Amino acid sequence: MKKITGILLAVVGAIAVAGIALHRHEPINALWIVTAAVCIYALGYRFYAAWVAARVLVIDPSRATPAERHDNGRDFVPTHRWVAFGHHFAAIAGPGPLVGPTLAAQFGYLPGTLWILVGAVLGGCVQDMTILFLSMRRDGRSLGQMARDELGPLGGFAALIGTLLIMILLIAVLGLVVVNAMKHSPWSTATVFATVPVAILVGVHLRRLRPGRILEGSVIGLALVLLAVWGGGWVDTHPLLRRLFDWPSLPLAGFVVGYGWIAAILPVWLLLAPRDYLSTFLKAGTVALLAVSIVLLHPQIKMPALTAFVDGHGPLFGGKIFPFVFITIACGAVSGFHALVASGTTPKLIASEADVRLIGYGSMMLESFVAIMAMIAATLLDPGVFFAINSGAGIVGSAPAAAVHTISSWGFPVTVAQMQSLAHEMGEATLFARTGGAPSLAVGMASIFGSTFGRGFLGIWYHFAIMFEAVFILSTLDAGTRVGRFMLQDLLGHLYAPLGRTSWYPSVLLSSTLIVAGWGYFLYVGVIDPNGGVNILWPLFGIANQMLAAIALSVATGILVKSGRARHAAVTLLPLIWLAIVTTAAAWQKIVSADPRIGLLAAARGLSEHLAAGTLPAAAAAVAPQLIFNQRLDAWLTGLFTAILWLVIIDMGQVCVRRLRGLPVTATSEAPYEAARLQPLTVGGPQ
Amino acid sequence: MRTVRAVLSTGLRWLRAVSGDDAYERYLAHHARTHPGAPLSRRAFYAQRETAKWGGISRCC
Repeated sequence: MKKITGILLAVVGAIAVAGIALHRHEPINALWIVTAAVCIYALGYRFYAAWVAARVLVIDPSRATPAERHDNGRDFVPTHRWVAFGHHFAAIAGPGPLVGPTLAAQFGYLPGTLWILVGAVLGGCVQDMTILFLSMRRDGRSLGQMARDELGPLGGFAALIGTLLIMILLIAVLGLVVVNAMKHSPWSTATVFATVPVAILVGVHLRRLRPGRILEGSVIGLALVLLAVWGGGWVDTHPLLRRLFDWPSLPLAGFVVGYGWIAAILPVWLLLAPRDYLSTFLKAGTVALLAVSIVLLHPQIKMPALTAFVDGHGPLFGGKIFPFVFITIACGAVSGFHALVASGTTPKLIASEADVRLIGYGSMMLESFVAIMAMIAATLLDPGVFFAINSGAGIVGSAPAAAVHTISSWGFPVTVAQMQSLAHEMGEATLFARTGGAPSLAVGMASIFGSTFGRGFLGIWYHFAIMFEAVFILSTLDAGTRVGRFMLQDLLGHLYAPLGRTSWYPSVLLSSTLIVAGWGYFLYVGVIDPNGGVNILWPLFGIANQMLAAIALSVATGILVKSGRARHAAVTLLPLIWLAIVTTAAAWQKIVSADPRIGLLAAARGLSEHLAAGTLPAAAAAVAPQLIFNQRLDAWLTGLFTAILWLVIIDMGQVCVRRLRGLPVTATSEAPYEAARLQPLTVGGPQ
Repeated sequence: MRTVRAVLSTGLRWLRAVSGDDAYERYLAHHARTHPGAPLSRRAFYAQRETAKWGGISRCC
């Protein structure tokens, strides 16, 4: 029976992939992509993941998991596999897979889609499952601890610094996405602002009024944020309120920074916890709705399979298809960040080792599917509209007439009237140069939802999508700042012991301020950048995220070799080699390329020459020194990332060589065998 | 009809378990099984749980 299903999947998958391959110069239906994706995931899960679990990781269901051995009814709790799956997916799911595919759509739908599928099945899912498994065998130790225990102090330090930097870049770029979505949009701004008191209300409900009634509190909160979406529309029609919420980007960036700082020092129950509940429910609901709508509506993909921008002069960000498609789409294909979540909370919930495949591999498959849907939502727009929304004023000009002229000259016809009527339908003043990916994704989602559930509510759907992304991003921003703060406090504690105490208020204030200042700086520079800033920050974030994945895969490869499974180490070694090539190539180009759209130093040089020659307009000249400094700083950061990555790889390599030569290596930190006694669990049933 | 009801009730139990809505009931059951003495109050339990849950990396990109 299983064989028949496998063969059937392979046949349907092959037909769908062939369908995609053969539809080269005509529009393709999104259903082909969905079918191909589902079949590839199913095959990957059924065969590859099962093989890796059985032969490479050598999963042993007779072995007691930490949840069973240390069961304390709180963090170590044996949990039904579908509940643990839900937990883990909620933790890894963030705004990343929504933004990356949207940006990568400038190359056409094909490159990004292939990388999402192949990268996830052979790379990302394997990384998540392996790290989850290894951490589970080590009582839920973190990636940093495992790197230190198994590779040495250098590996541990590299993981710590890498995590801290990636966190800062991630928050900055996500903050920029929110700012660009709210800029001069009273409806979006009013709605997003309203979500803050709603979260606080839910927080008070869950803490003071009805402690722990999480479902009840979340339902109230969801009703209120939906009301806020509708209320934002009302604000938009009110002449006075409209002006009150019409903010340019710089004050909005100030709001985001201030919000981040306050959220980081407030107790978690007041803002972070309730916001996280809301965003998790919103994401689950929206993703399910999107999947159903795409299947019901099965829209045509209007973007070509490949665009001319594969040669590197794309308007969203500069750089050729190799290596930049692999950098732009990190979350959804391979995301190093997941290794941090997979080592920590989730391993302490696993009831049986047999569940690791569903929780580790399966959650990442679903995350990857979210990325596929984001790709569909971006590519079903008219390409002209897509580029008009996503190209910065610095690329296509700030006047609408100039922008549509440039974009039409690329072979993607679009008119000012078309953009105006679209903006009007969505309840916005303009959709030109709304970089960052969120607005174009929102337009795509609104078109899908509007066509499925009635076009009368396009404005509501658009702002629902914006609110959904913003709530998500703000909770990542808040949680990330807090995590960064803990790490920084840990580091500072080595200098002066009281600073390491996470509850000492002066230390909380100091470390929160430092972290917020770190990402606030990048956010500020992104906002003043006439090209939108996302074009610089997102690739940098992608490089950092892939570098973290490479560190995680190095730890995994090192452990596989140390535990005598060198024969199968290719399972993690090959994705590692690929990521090392991709990140190094991207970092090299970002640093040394002579093309100012790609090379950071070339851009800094070009800008300073223009500044010296006095050929810049006054406004551009005023911000040029800051941009020049930032581009040089980014180049140094990129170099630092690459150096850290190669240090870890070398560290891993020498541990492996010593082991293969039979020389002594540090003992593995795996917990000793203990027989499992746990009875099978039921969903949500008694333990 | 019975199947529909069974599916719905499993779904609700799953939702309660995933969101942590039933965490206190689980804690009470665990406490009764393994520890003597009085358990934490509902309020104190959730206060501890939230601090612990958001004390580490709980959210991804």
